[in-house]
Amino acid sequence: MKFAIGVLNLNHLVKKLTVQDAFPMNAPHPTELQASPHSALETPVARPAVVARKASVIYQAADRPVHALSEIDFTINRGEFVSLIGPSGCGKTTLLRVIADLEPITSGEVLVNGMTPSDARERRAYGYVFQAPALFPWRTVLANVMLPLQLIGRSKAECEAIAREQLGRVGLAGFEKKYPWQLSGGMQQRVSIARALGFEPKILMMDEPFGALDEITRDKLNEQLQQLWLRERRTVVFVTHSIAEAVYLSTRIVVMSPRPGRIVKVIESPLPFERDLSIRDTPEFTRLAQEVREALAEGHQ
Amino acid sequence: MSQNRFQQHLVPVATLLAVGLVLWYLLAIWLNAAGVIERVLAPQGAWSWQELVAATFSMQRPVLPVPHQIALDLWTSIFDAPLDSPRNLLLHAWVTAGATLTGFLMGLVLGGLLAVCIVHSRTLDRALMPWIVASQSVPVLAIAPIVLIILGSLGITGMLPKATIAMYLCFFPVTVAMVQGLRAPQRLEMELIHTYSASRIQTFFVLRLPSSLPFLFPSLRVAIAAGLAGTIVAELPTGAQAGLGARLLTGSYYGNTLQIWSALIMAALLGVVLTALVAAVEYLIVGRRRQA
Repeated sequence: MKFAIGVLNLNHLVKKLTVQDAFPMNAPHPTELQASPHSALETPVARPAVVARKASVIYQAADRPVHALSEIDFTINRGEFVSLIGPSGCGKTTLLRVIADLEPITSGEVLVNGMTPSDARERRAYGYVFQAPALFPWRTVLANVMLPLQLIGRSKAECEAIAREQLGRVGLAGFEKKYPWQLSGGMQQRVSIARALGFEPKILMMDEPFGALDEITRDKLNEQLQQLWLRERRTVVFVTHSIAEAVYLSTRIVVMSPRPGRIVKVIESPLPFERDLSIRDTPEFTRLAQEVREALAEGHQ
Repeated sequence: MSQNRFQQHLVPVATLLAVGLVLWYLLAIWLNAAGVIERVLAPQGAWSWQELVAATFSMQRPVLPVPHQIALDLWTSIFDAPLDSPRNLLLHAWVTAGATLTGFLMGLVLGGLLAVCIVHSRTLDRALMPWIVASQSVPVLAIAPIVLIILGSLGITGMLPKATIAMYLCFFPVTVAMVQGLRAPQRLEMELIHTYSASRIQTFFVLRLPSSLPFLFPSLRVAIAAGLAGTIVAELPTGAQAGLGARLLTGSYYGNTLQIWSALIMAALLGVVLTALVAAVEYLIVGRRRQA
C-alpha cells in the first residue's frame, strides 16, 4: 500500500496554521509557516525538504534479493517533525540512511532540498544523531561539539561560542571540560544532539537516539527535544519503535512495514504543537496512539 | 593506600632479587673455579675453600664476574674518567643513545608513512606488506655490514649509518601497529564524519590518527628497544671508536669480560631509560584519555 503525500500537504498546512492561531508562540516563525492561507493554497507543496519517488533499496542476499525499501513515495516539508515507526526490518533506518547519503538507492529518486543526497551532504545539510552517542573519547565534551564546526573551517573562537551555546541548550552548561566517559548515557546522547545542532543543519536526522536509555531519561529527553523543535522549527526525521515517543514528538507519523520495506500509513497529528508530557494522558493522544498501533498491526498481516 | 601497596610488594620483590644474586654468586664460583685452581691458587691443593671462593670473586678476567665486581667497574668507568674521555662509559652510552634516537625518529617517520600508504591504498597494501614482512626476516647481523659498506662508499660515515640500521629495525613495529590503529575507527565513527562531509585529510587528522595512538605507543616501546639493539650491532663491525658496541668489541678483543659486562649493563640501563622516555611522551599525549 502506498500513499501520495502531496495530497495530504494542503490539509496539513491549513491545520498547522489553525493550530498556531490557537497556540500563539513567542518564538519567531519560519517564513513558510507565516504564509497566509491564501498563498498556501496557491503553492500546496510548499518547500519540500525531502522528496522520495519510487525509491527502492535492494540488497543482494545469498539466495534471493531482499527489498529493504520498496518503491517509497514520500515528501517531508520544511519545519516538520516526522517520525518513522515500524518493526525491525521495515526499512525505517534504511530510509533515514538513504536520505543522509549513507546508503545508495537501487532505483527511483530521492531529492533533499532539490539536490541529490550526496550533493546535499556535501553542502552539509544534515545533522545525524546515531543510536549510540559516537563521541570521540580523546576529546572533551566541548571539543566534541566543536568538531563539525571545525571541519567546515569556522574560526576557533566562533566554534567555541557556538558549542557552548548548544551545550547550554541541552542543559549541559558546566560540563564543557569533562570527557565523554565521565558522563552518563543520557548526557552523552545530549552531547551528540548538541553536536548535531551546532552545525545548524537544515535537517536533523535521528536514528533511535534514545533507544538505549532508561524510560525516565528518555521521557526527559523527549520533552527537551520537543521544546527544541518548537523553538527552532527545524526539519526533523526521527526513527523510533516506540509508539508513545512517535506520537508525543511528531507532527506526522509514518508507519512502515517489513518484507518488503514499505509505507503502510501516514498519520497527521492533531495534537497542538505546544505540548508537555501530561498530553499523554489526554484522549486525543490515546486515540492517535491507537491509530498508530492499528496501522502497525495492519502492516504485519 | 600506595604506601600499603609498596610494602606489600617490597618483600616478594626483595626476596626474588636476593635469590637471583645468590644464584649468580654460586654460578660464578662454579664457572670460575677451574680457572682459579689452575692459575691463581697454590698448587697441589694447598688452599682452603674460603680462599677458592674469595679468588673466584676477584679474578682479573673471570668467566662470569660477580655483581659487585661489575658494579665497581661501572663506578670507576663512569666517575674516574672525564666525561669526554673514551674511557668513560657514559660517553659511549651517549653516542649510542644519539644514534638510536635518530634512527628511532627516522623509523617512526618511515613506518608512519608506510602505514598511511597501506591504509589508503589497497594496491599498496598488497604490494608493500610482503616486502615489509620479508625485510624483517633477514638477520640484522647480515644486513648491517652491507648497509655500512654502501653508505661508506657514498661518503656517509659516523652516526648516520648506525641510525639507518636502527631505523631498519624500528619502522616495522611502527608500521604494523599504525596500520591496525588507523583502521581502528568503527563504522559508526566513519559514518558520523561522512555526514559532515569531511575530506580524507580531515578524516585522517580528526579521527584516524587519534584512534591509532593507543596502538602506536606500545609498538614504540618495542621499536626503541629494537633500535638500540640495532645500533649496537651496527657499532660492532665498523671498528667504531665510540659507542657501547665498540666497547663490547674491544672488551671481547682483549678478553676483558668485566668491560663487556659493564657495557652490557649500561646498554640495559640505556634501554630502560629510552623506554621510559617513550612512556613519558605517551603519558603526556594520551595519559588523560581513557576509553569508557
